[in-house]
Amino acid sequence: MITFDSVNKRYESGQDALVRVSLDIGRGDMVFLTGHSGAGKSTLLKLLTAIERPTRGSILVAGQNLGRLRNGQIPYYRRNLGIVFQNHQLLFDRNVFDNVALPLSVAGCSKREVGRRVRAALDKVGLLHKEKQNPIVLSGGEQQRVGIARAVVNKPAILVADEPTGNLDPQLSAEIMQLFADFNAVGVTVMVASHDLELIARMKRRVLTLQAGQLIYDGVPGREAVIP
Amino acid sequence: MKQSSHRPPQAAHKAQRASRKPQRQEPEAKPRPTGAVAARTRLGDRWHSWLGHHREMAVEALRRFFAAPLASGMTALVIAIALALPAALQLGLLNFQRAVAGWDGQPQISVFLHKDARDTAVQSFAGELRADPAVTEVTYISPEEALREFQQASGLGDALAGLGANPLPAVLLVRPRDTASDRLEALASQLRDSALTDAVVLDMAWVQRLAQLTELGRRLSAGLALLLALGVLLVVVNTIRLHIESRREEILVVKLVGGTDAFVRRPFLYSGLCYGVAGGLLAWLLVSGGAALLSGPVSALASSYDSGYALRGPGFSYLLALTGGAALLGLLGAWVAVARHIKAIEPR
Repeated sequence: MITFDSVNKRYESGQDALVRVSLDIGRGDMVFLTGHSGAGKSTLLKLLTAIERPTRGSILVAGQNLGRLRNGQIPYYRRNLGIVFQNHQLLFDRNVFDNVALPLSVAGCSKREVGRRVRAALDKVGLLHKEKQNPIVLSGGEQQRVGIARAVVNKPAILVADEPTGNLDPQLSAEIMQLFADFNAVGVTVMVASHDLELIARMKRRVLTLQAGQLIYDGVPGREAVIP
Repeated sequence: MKQSSHRPPQAAHKAQRASRKPQRQEPEAKPRPTGAVAARTRLGDRWHSWLGHHREMAVEALRRFFAAPLASGMTALVIAIALALPAALQLGLLNFQRAVAGWDGQPQISVFLHKDARDTAVQSFAGELRADPAVTEVTYISPEEALREFQQASGLGDALAGLGANPLPAVLLVRPRDTASDRLEALASQLRDSALTDAVVLDMAWVQRLAQLTELGRRLSAGLALLLALGVLLVVVNTIRLHIESRREEILVVKLVGGTDAFVRRPFLYSGLCYGVAGGLLAWLLVSGGAALLSGPVSALASSYDSGYALRGPGFSYLLALTGGAALLGLLGAWVAVARHIKAIEPR
């Protein structure tokens, strides 16, 4: 589903953010991406979401080469991704329903369809009763779940999350992770960048560890060995 | 736990995406067992949704316009004033041309003859002129006739009677056949060369001056209109730029969830259109108000000259031209702003 083939990313400042990263994530996999800040996690996610382009090497997502994507194709590519942000990026000028509906109105869904799918997504994250509220009045955990509902409302094949539990307490974090695992269980390929090693260890999933732009670990670890 | 408890919401995504972009998604077009067939975005649906989004954005732009009435109103008023100035000038010129329309008919050359010219010589000169193919009509006004006319028109009869001798010369009014200005000049100089002639006045001269003045006014108003249209454009560009800045977050999120540039542009283009239309309507109201204020004094002035002239206000055509032109300017300004600024807002 996602294939990185010796991908290099050098920023204009001359900084090498990724060095010869090769990895392969199958359809329906769930992987964690970890590493210290500055190790290249964000760069990898930016490449995956077509925010940045690789300097060298190729990235294939569902058979599409991201390096060859024209600017005009990027929006259509992103509609196949669900992206969850650390700061959830909700818009406070509209209610929960409209926030979740955004990817659908962008993709051009009919009104009826939007209502049905938004409610299904909100139901999935347990916030159906809050659709009329402004996200600003919700708690941090609830806001993150609205963000997740927005990411999955378009039924993406791939769900990408950047530090989704960054600001949450351990119990909420575990709930959020379980939510990702639930989506994975129905076939969505999930990639979660996180530095919450304890939580990652408990999930017992494949882990990719980056250090100074290089992939130094790829496997399902025991609790101690996530970062050497 | 209502409508979707039996069916995972994302289960049908493969089939649905495959239907949207089959050429790219073929490898994963395998439908899932729980796929919801109704979840596809059909072409017809997308067309309706596209229209729907346009309608939504138009309504949204209006809502935003009236949500901050003071700010929007001031922007619209700036546009209105900038457009009302050249429109008013244009209307003024139009009215001026209408008022002087009767004057630029047949030009006439007045030939003032020497006071000591003998009557017979004058008559034969007039006869010569009548025979000239360049002249259609010659009217002879003797000094006595001229004096009578002048006394009647000026009311200075007693003063003139006190003068004793008639101070007025005999006059020949010559109507030329050809009114082209070089022919007129040629005829005038020919008349000037005659020994009997004291002075020649070409009435055409100030008719021409009037025409030149009108032309000058027209060009001035066109130049002014061009400059002020540019001003309107800049006002709209700047206003829309501020709109874009204030909705930066939203633009970023929309781009990240797959919004195309066209989708992002749309609300701002409608906002520009809103400013333009509002500015155009206000401009028309300003010009109409101005014309209404002036129409009283103008008709009073006209009636003192025994004329039935009435000021013409900006009619429906001005309404159409002003709102249409302003709407175009608004749209163009918004386009310039989004072309420059929306590209710059990309997720980092």
